[in-house]
Amino acid sequence: MSEAPLTNREYKYGFYTDIETEEFPKGLSESIIRKISAIKEEPDFILDFRLKAFRHWITLEEPKWANVKYPKIDFQDLKYYSAPKKKPQLSSLEEVDPDILETFERLGIPLSEQKRLSGVAVDAVFDSVSIMTTHKADLAKFGIYFGSLSEGVKEYPDIVKKYLGSVVPYKDNFYAALNSAVFSDGSLVYIPKGVRCPMDLSTYFRINARETGQFERTLIIAEEGSYVSYLEGCTAPMRDENQLHAAVVELVALRDAEIKYSTVQNWYAGDKEGKGGVYNFVTKRGLCKGDNSKISWTQVETGSSVTWKYPSVILQGDHSIGEFYSVALTNFKMQADTGTKMIHLGKNTTSKIVSKGITCDESIGTYRGQVRIAASAENARNYTCCDSMLVGDTSIACTVPYIEVKNKSAVVEHEASTSKISSDQIFYFKSRGIGEEEAISLLLNGFCRDVFNTLPAEFAVEAVKLLELKLENSVG
Amino acid sequence: MFEIKNLHAGIDGKEVIKGLNLTVNPGEVHAIMGPNGSGKSTFSKVVAGHADYEVSEGQVLLDIHFKMKDILLLAPDERARNGVFLAFQYPTEVPGVNNLEFLRASFNATMREQGIQEMDATSFEAFVLKKIEFLGMKPDFLARQVNVDFSGGEKKRNEVLQMAVLSPRLCILDEIDSGLDVDSLKAVADGVNRLRSKENAFILITHYQRLLDYIVPDKVHIFNDGRIIKSGGKELAKEVETLGYDHLIH
Repeated sequence: MSEAPLTNREYKYGFYTDIETEEFPKGLSESIIRKISAIKEEPDFILDFRLKAFRHWITLEEPKWANVKYPKIDFQDLKYYSAPKKKPQLSSLEEVDPDILETFERLGIPLSEQKRLSGVAVDAVFDSVSIMTTHKADLAKFGIYFGSLSEGVKEYPDIVKKYLGSVVPYKDNFYAALNSAVFSDGSLVYIPKGVRCPMDLSTYFRINARETGQFERTLIIAEEGSYVSYLEGCTAPMRDENQLHAAVVELVALRDAEIKYSTVQNWYAGDKEGKGGVYNFVTKRGLCKGDNSKISWTQVETGSSVTWKYPSVILQGDHSIGEFYSVALTNFKMQADTGTKMIHLGKNTTSKIVSKGITCDESIGTYRGQVRIAASAENARNYTCCDSMLVGDTSIACTVPYIEVKNKSAVVEHEASTSKISSDQIFYFKSRGIGEEEAISLLLNGFCRDVFNTLPAEFAVEAVKLLELKLENSVG
Repeated sequence: MFEIKNLHAGIDGKEVIKGLNLTVNPGEVHAIMGPNGSGKSTFSKVVAGHADYEVSEGQVLLDIHFKMKDILLLAPDERARNGVFLAFQYPTEVPGVNNLEFLRASFNATMREQGIQEMDATSFEAFVLKKIEFLGMKPDFLARQVNVDFSGGEKKRNEVLQMAVLSPRLCILDEIDSGLDVDSLKAVADGVNRLRSKENAFILITHYQRLLDYIVPDKVHIFNDGRIIKSGGKELAKEVETLGYDHLIH
């Protein structure tokens, strides 16, 4: 195989869209934050939240405990706002820059009326702003709000005021504080009491601009007895320099409500030598606030040169359920430190963690997970299964579980395994007539089955293809 | 239908097969015997196309659609889809993939190559269950992960099951008898015997005469230093059993 087509296959979303943008100058200060807030015409309480966060952030140091190494980031050398020149939130498609529509079309996310996906509503976020949301009117009939957080805060100020920062306070960690200060756009989802959201909701994040951080913030509220399945996808152009992505996602499930959150992360991960790629420093947390509520995270991580991400659940309501299903694939010189936290507070709470790490080439994959059973959590139960698959001889897989139990009635189980895709296995498949691609697909599907089964169908197909493509370049 | 001409091959720059010639006709069973390190296993890996082995000279011809083709020019999976089957001495474990899906992927890949309609999951399961019954095996084999936690005997029987499903024309059995107790050996040999037909041929690689009591060969070849030093009928195996290889080599 020649070098050129291979390189192309490595990352097919690496193109850049040349459009006019409105950008703020590099650097972070109170005045930049005031400008962000002003351009978004935000209510005072948001500006207040941003400023508090900023003042706290400048007192903090970057966390150093993760099993990742990268050069120090100069936060004054980044831009904190970039938006296409035209008016951001648009009432009709005609007003959207055709270049942006084409960009999303190339990413497989058609937004036009005729081509848009029927079973799923899409909020398309381009750099710092939401471009448009499909099926908005259909969802409004059910009283569901799904759209950009910047717009949503105008329609639902009380809801946003009540929940913003309630699950991930700005004091939570370095990146959460940074995000709280400068967050650009993201999605707001509000599902009213007793409503089962009739379609999957999906936000697609695209980083386009150079030297610009993406700091989206997503807030999902599921009122009593409601249900929603939310999907998140992301890509970025291939660039030599690193891009910073520091998002915050907060989920709140009230009594009997269920939120299912699925992510397929495909940021540009850098080249073979580890040059370029996205730094993905994300805080995702869900709060099972009401009794019998359920929050389920599924993530397929294939991109980012450095990942620092622990989607977690706080099980506050009695009988609440938290789940975390993850496939994290690293290749080339990628580094991923990812896992979850399950914090049991309520009685009879249950959590389940299934983590599958696939490490190739010279990459490092670390599972870091915490299970905490508080004294108040009578009869809590956790099951953790942590499997690593090594491809080749030069990658590293680590597992770092923390278990803290303060109630004697708790049952906590932890299982772990390590396996390897070897050239012997591939030869065995071939000697039975099965080609290399299909062999890898079978091995991969077998290893990740428990996680793939939890993804919505179309998403699962996409995820499998993505992983297969990445693996093909590393096996052999 | 299968002919090896002046084959020279080796690994890590060291020649192991040094001018091998062999002709196998449909319906025949050949046994290849020889001391350790004589090149028997290398021969099987080269025919199957293992990437670690290099061929420096010669041809391995197989009748494909009534034409003798040099399969050394084909990728290992293409060779398999055209009827070459290697039963491994140590079948590889494949965690996460169950036997049924493995067999189906393998069967359908072969069907595609032959331009025959693939089988859907339901019809395929019925088809495999018939093969399992034919070989006197247990259906629970299908749900198990390929060779994972299989006993030595089970692994070898699994190879025979794959053979039954794929109906290859040339089967090379690399020490199918190694590590088996008498009962397992009988079961494996019985499976192989059931699969023998006028259309296919078998090459048994073995150290011991014992296997040949159960699968009776038409021809026996003695391997030494990368080539055949003597060929004969089944009585040649008996000779080895009583007198040892040294007697033939010197």
